[in-house]
Amino acid sequence: MADKKLAIIATKGTLDWAYPPFILASTASALGYQTCIFFTFYGLQLIKTKLDLKVSPLGNPGMPMPMGMNKWFPVLGTTIPGMEGMMTTMMKQKIKAKGVASIEELRDLCVEAEVRLVGCQMTIDLFDIKREELMDNIELGGAATFFEFAGDADVTLFI
Amino acid sequence: MAEFDQELDARGLNCPLPILRAKKALNDLGDGQVLRIMATDPGSVKDFEAFAQQTGNTLLESTESEGEFHFLLRKNG
Repeated sequence: MADKKLAIIATKGTLDWAYPPFILASTASALGYQTCIFFTFYGLQLIKTKLDLKVSPLGNPGMPMPMGMNKWFPVLGTTIPGMEGMMTTMMKQKIKAKGVASIEELRDLCVEAEVRLVGCQMTIDLFDIKREELMDNIELGGAATFFEFAGDADVTLFI
Repeated sequence: MAEFDQELDARGLNCPLPILRAKKALNDLGDGQVLRIMATDPGSVKDFEAFAQQTGNTLLESTESEGEFHFLLRKNG
């Protein structure tokens, strides 16, 4: 049987949304899938050599806040300077305490499993991202590159 | 206690790490050899069934005792 194929488009650049593409890609590889992730727009943050991902409570009413803060904290409170940094620190502590892998770890596992990582050339240019800010072992490409892989994929996800 | 060739301690790890570590450990085993995995992630029970089913390896045993989950996975091919 030929390998199954999984194609993912990763468009989000926050700590929380970094998880689905890397968890699914690494797991699919372990199950024998050929896997490719196409990083575009804010998803490009996920292939920077130095990751600096944050999570924000702003505009995210679904985010569980400690000590019931979401109950008594007015929505405007989530815009207070420092809130993002505080929530990011707390989220990272929780991730560690619960034995959840870090994004760095999951990304390394993807690289090790030969998941193809493709950066979108157009959005790299659009955001003036320098090639040297991005990981060495990625490819650069455009929409046609994505379809070359995804055209006969068994599973395709937009995240 | 059933026999096994290698043991993997995945206790304290959460999804998908137990599966990824198990896959790595299986790579070092020969055909027919058995890997014993210890885990604490309750999700790993269904996940190891699904892993075995999709990779063609055999889940010989899946047991729980005192909050720990133990699996015996035989490598096929």
